[in-house]
Amino acid sequence: MERTTIDLWFGAFVLAGFAALLVLALKVGNLGADNARTTYRVEARFDNIGGLKVRAPVRSSGVLVGRVADINFDNERFQATVTLALDARYGFPKDTSASILTSGLLGEQYVGLDAGGDDKKLAEGDRITITQSAMVLERLIGQFLFSQAQEGGSKK
Amino acid sequence: MLDRARRSLARIGHNFIDNVWRVGAMARFFALVLSASGTSFRRFRLVMREVYFTGVLSLIIIVVSGLFVGMVLGLQGFETLQKYGAQESIGVLVALSLVRELGPVVAALLFASRAGSAITAEIGLMKATEQLTAMDMMAVSPMARVIAPRFWAGVISMPLLAAMFSAMGVFGGYLVGVVLIGVDNGAFWSQMQAAVDFRYDVLNGVIKSFVFGIAVTVIATFEGFDAPPTAEGVSGATTRTVVSSALAILALDLVLTASLLRGAH
Amino acid sequence: MLLELTPLFARIRPPRVTEENLVEIDAVTFGYGRRAVLDGISMRVPRGKVVAIMGGSGCGKTTLLRLIGGQLRPTRGAVRVGGRAVHELDREGLYALRRRMSMLFQFGALFTDMTVFDNVAFPLREHASLPEDMVRDLVLMKLEAVGLRGAHNLMPSELSGGMARRVALARAVVMDPMLVMYDEPFAGLDPISMSVVGTLIRRLNDALGATSIIVTHDVVESLQIVDYLYFVAEGRIVGEGTPAQIRATELPVVHQFIHGETDGPVPFHYPAPAYDEDVGIARARAEAAHA
Repeated sequence: MERTTIDLWFGAFVLAGFAALLVLALKVGNLGADNARTTYRVEARFDNIGGLKVRAPVRSSGVLVGRVADINFDNERFQATVTLALDARYGFPKDTSASILTSGLLGEQYVGLDAGGDDKKLAEGDRITITQSAMVLERLIGQFLFSQAQEGGSKK
Repeated sequence: MLDRARRSLARIGHNFIDNVWRVGAMARFFALVLSASGTSFRRFRLVMREVYFTGVLSLIIIVVSGLFVGMVLGLQGFETLQKYGAQESIGVLVALSLVRELGPVVAALLFASRAGSAITAEIGLMKATEQLTAMDMMAVSPMARVIAPRFWAGVISMPLLAAMFSAMGVFGGYLVGVVLIGVDNGAFWSQMQAAVDFRYDVLNGVIKSFVFGIAVTVIATFEGFDAPPTAEGVSGATTRTVVSSALAILALDLVLTASLLRGAH
Repeated sequence: MLLELTPLFARIRPPRVTEENLVEIDAVTFGYGRRAVLDGISMRVPRGKVVAIMGGSGCGKTTLLRLIGGQLRPTRGAVRVGGRAVHELDREGLYALRRRMSMLFQFGALFTDMTVFDNVAFPLREHASLPEDMVRDLVLMKLEAVGLRGAHNLMPSELSGGMARRVALARAVVMDPMLVMYDEPFAGLDPISMSVVGTLIRRLNDALGATSIIVTHDVVESLQIVDYLYFVAEGRIVGEGTPAQIRATELPVVHQFIHGETDGPVPFHYPAPAYDEDVGIARARAEAAHA
């Protein structure tokens, strides 16, 4: 089959386009960064998850160790059930606690893990029992005002 | 007075009916193009030739604009983010706005004015100089030989051009954020990667640009095919291509954003 | 040059069914909207002949060609080519028929994005999967016949009007059609190019054993090359005959055509109400009388 310059241009164009897509997928996006790694799933129940979203990061000591895989509402306990997909490279003790934290003052919410002292490690399907819910700003302010009022009352 | 009001009302009605007619005719035209597409795939070189004329020749404007848009996003974003001490998020801001919205939309707008208008003018001129009739008289269907290859070339080029636009934009943001302003390189990329999801952000952008590619090329080929065979007819059709493409892109973007976002959550 | 090629053409030519008239038009009426362009026209085009359809601008000559080519369908009447009714064919039938006919458009209608060579090769490449060297031979042969073999690498924009017309002529005959239709082949050409194109039409017709229909308003040029002429005015045939008969005729419309008179059977004025009525003279006069 004869070759023409049109073939060359077409090939170069398509290659450049796919290279751009690849850059977007790998360098800009998260494909390959953590999707490819094997993970194990653990559950945690929270009274209030605040603004936590699926795919939010899970961090321990500030290091990304996994992502929120699923969020459900448990209609018997009236609690939120959050499924975490943790990187298989990292193991955590059974008595690890999970809390919902906010990065910065107004940043996105993430799940923070604090390791406990148990010898046994969390495994696929386990449940983290010690949890701390998200801080809801309205409640914090409410508590603050309440304590201020109490202090003011005792001074008089 | 009453007469004039009635006449202007009649003109509005006439324009409205005319536009409804155009939408219907365009839908029929789209179906005809699809049914005449066999030749385009059997003789793929016809499509490749048109990819050269529509895609490759739009490369420079796409790449340069992408770079500039990314750099401007970087500068503007830095101004605002700095107030909240979140300069590192500049990568997130640049990448998300490009991949989700600006990449597909601005690339499609540029494509419509660069390649779309050229397609309309070319087909309109071919019609005005009886080239299309001549082809039809040679028992070669202009729909299969002229229109369909241009349509498929546009559909192939558009997502690739949008991807290049976004990639160049991110690079522009990197130049401004990391090289010029001095945001930490690692934070720039890692925050971006943490925030940009391949499926929900990158792939949705590709889907958008694919739909825009179909819309722009259908409009461009239809306007050319439908142009009155005169100089004013062709120039009017070229203008209409750019205007209706822009409207179609923005309207489709709203619909797609709404439906794709719903799919994400 | 052409004489040398003649035996070659003769060998390529497919055997024909002998039948007197290739194109028959029977009482055809056609109108765009309410305006009738053709009003019960009948004509015959015998095989192997060159027939001219003459008439002023806008008299429906080009419409006739489009009816024969199947681009338009008559409101009433029948158009038959090679015994088949063109207006009753479906798309495939029409395309099959069109492969054996071709049309030269008013300004050539060359594909502006292709070289001269690719233009002439276009019908061959689209319809016959011939090896490239055979395409090359056929194309160069036809270009040689119109005297433009040396121009095969030029783009249509680099050609003069007469050259473009000759390239279009080569493209029209590259498939060795049985019927070639010419839409104003002389329009906008200088006298030399005009007689070159005229001679080529005649010679190619005879060399290919084709049949030709020329639509034109150029009487002098066509009288020299055609076998038969039809005069059309206002959708009707107003005169016909061989060139000898036409030259001898006293028909006023033909006389007007040959001598280029501004007014006559083909009127100078577009139909209008009486002049003095239209410009208000009649009313002014009536008012004056009343006063």
